[in-house]
Amino acid sequence: MTHSQPLAQPLAQSSAQAVLTARGLVKHYGRVVALNHADFDLYAGEVLAVIGDNGAGKTTLIKAISGAIRPDEGEIRLDGKPVSFRSPLEAREHGIETVYQTLALSPALSIADNMFLGRELRKPGFMGRWFRALDREAMERQARQKLSDLGLMTIQNIGQAVETLSGGQRQGVAVARAAAFGSKVIVMDEPTAALGVKESRRVLELIQDVKARGMPIVLISHNMPHVFEVADRIHVHRLGRRLCVIDPKEYTMSDAVAFMTGAKEPPAEAMAA
Amino acid sequence: MSDADAARRKQDFENGLNGSDAQVASFEGHEKTFVDRLQHFLHANPTMVPIIVLLLSVAAFGVIAGGNFFSAFNLSLIMQQVSIIGILAAAQSLVILTAGIDLSVGASMVLVSVIMGNLAVNMGVPTPLAIGIGFICGTLAGMLNGFFVTRVKLPPFIVTLGTWNIFFALNLWLSGAQSIRSQDIDATAPLLKFFGESVRIGGAQFTFGSILMVLIFAVLWYVLNRTAWGRHVYAVGDDKEAAELSGIRTDRTLVQVYAAAGLVCAIGAWAAIGRVGSVSPQSFQEANLQSITAVVIGGISLFGGRGSIIGPLVGALIVGVFNSGLRLAGVDVLWQVFAIGWLTIIAVAMDQWIRKVSA
Repeated sequence: MTHSQPLAQPLAQSSAQAVLTARGLVKHYGRVVALNHADFDLYAGEVLAVIGDNGAGKTTLIKAISGAIRPDEGEIRLDGKPVSFRSPLEAREHGIETVYQTLALSPALSIADNMFLGRELRKPGFMGRWFRALDREAMERQARQKLSDLGLMTIQNIGQAVETLSGGQRQGVAVARAAAFGSKVIVMDEPTAALGVKESRRVLELIQDVKARGMPIVLISHNMPHVFEVADRIHVHRLGRRLCVIDPKEYTMSDAVAFMTGAKEPPAEAMAA
Repeated sequence: MSDADAARRKQDFENGLNGSDAQVASFEGHEKTFVDRLQHFLHANPTMVPIIVLLLSVAAFGVIAGGNFFSAFNLSLIMQQVSIIGILAAAQSLVILTAGIDLSVGASMVLVSVIMGNLAVNMGVPTPLAIGIGFICGTLAGMLNGFFVTRVKLPPFIVTLGTWNIFFALNLWLSGAQSIRSQDIDATAPLLKFFGESVRIGGAQFTFGSILMVLIFAVLWYVLNRTAWGRHVYAVGDDKEAAELSGIRTDRTLVQVYAAAGLVCAIGAWAAIGRVGSVSPQSFQEANLQSITAVVIGGISLFGGRGSIIGPLVGALIVGVFNSGLRLAGVDVLWQVFAIGWLTIIAVAMDQWIRKVSA
């Protein structure tokens, strides 16, 4: 365990406060090692991209942070305090919201139902207390508010089923849900992978909007142009651990690809602790 | 470095978007045919199919079978005849909404009625206590199903196929394959037959059992549509993994669903004693399959997450209307079974067609 050592500060610009850190994460699936003493640092107000080859362990790393799996070893700290999540619900209760690649929406439920899934509002007073009645009006009003905050109110009817929305709109609902409830960190797994050019642009703008409100974002993506456009720092994951953290202004996309595939050694100053 | 510079502004290829259509994700306004509109309407209102079928079949049998069919007495008799299957269909709906199936509903109901009868009539336990113990046993039977489905991760079909046989065997063991006679119940525990009593409203005669069926559906409608738990039931049936990632404790919800179904079956057991007038271990042998038929005709999708709880009530009534109408029209019983078979297949085909609605 390396949690007693000071946090790594691989880049000069990142003297900002660390929001979410991980040290020495290990995860085995049978004999396959998905995480091999991986480290992770996310600073306040930044967009951190996580890139890596297929099988490098990006998804496992993100699942550990978002509570979907429990690492076998290692420590995760949120705002400097050690945390251990047994389920995505616990991570959410700590203010970490995740937009999964599959979006984790229930297609037959309405937009409002989906946004409040698992944290529904109850009516005040007798009906809510004794009959556990949902406060539909309040949920629909807030859902509409959140969507229009993010400029997504091309959706006419908040009560329409999510399965009747286009791919871009669904992504918008999932991002709005995370932005509405995330208080500390938002994690996005391949948010543009299934989208067209126009919808991707919309999601990248959403990322900037959310960042502008001071919320740090972890972005997992295979799309180098998108990563280099929105990321403040890039975490390169290779063979189950953090290889290096680079500044997208100082390196090219081909450098990044070379590092993550092992074609090129990263410079010493970018190597993580 | 050009790469890094480019990264700070829009991607080059995106310049192709300049002057593009500003509308977001709208579709070409192709002419919508009547069939398209119908499909949309039914997708948005899934309960309309069974309701339309019910109204049409009532009208059709009114013409075929004549005035007897339309009498208030006959219509209330239909409700009485479907009340037990209706209550089981309510339990079944909860499970089917989670993309499961419960083959044990009928067996657990008969088992509970045997437990209630044995305790109250043969062992002298006060009747309300016997009924309460019956409710607890029904709930536990449901939780057993839920345990195997969530903890041991077996398919619901297999689990409930097993418990169907287990409950049936227990029921024969407890009862010694003997019925408890009506006069014995009257003598020691008349409360067991409470749901056999009836009220007359005009020419109609409503048993408490039929009123209970409607009440159970009303309560379940409220729970499924107006509480968070109900939304979770739909979400779990729709996409369990997505529900889990959205922060729903899906396994807990599933166990609760099976337990609730078991409790509803136990309430049905009390009503069944009133309906039949005695406790018979050999009764309701096909009740599980009939309840599934009512649920399917009622438009609840076997794939989970879709359909309204009101559908199975209408589905049970449709089955009752067909049976009653065909009987009054003097048609052989085998054609009633024939008709219900076709109805089931057509109902599922409709469900598939409605699901394919284009956005």
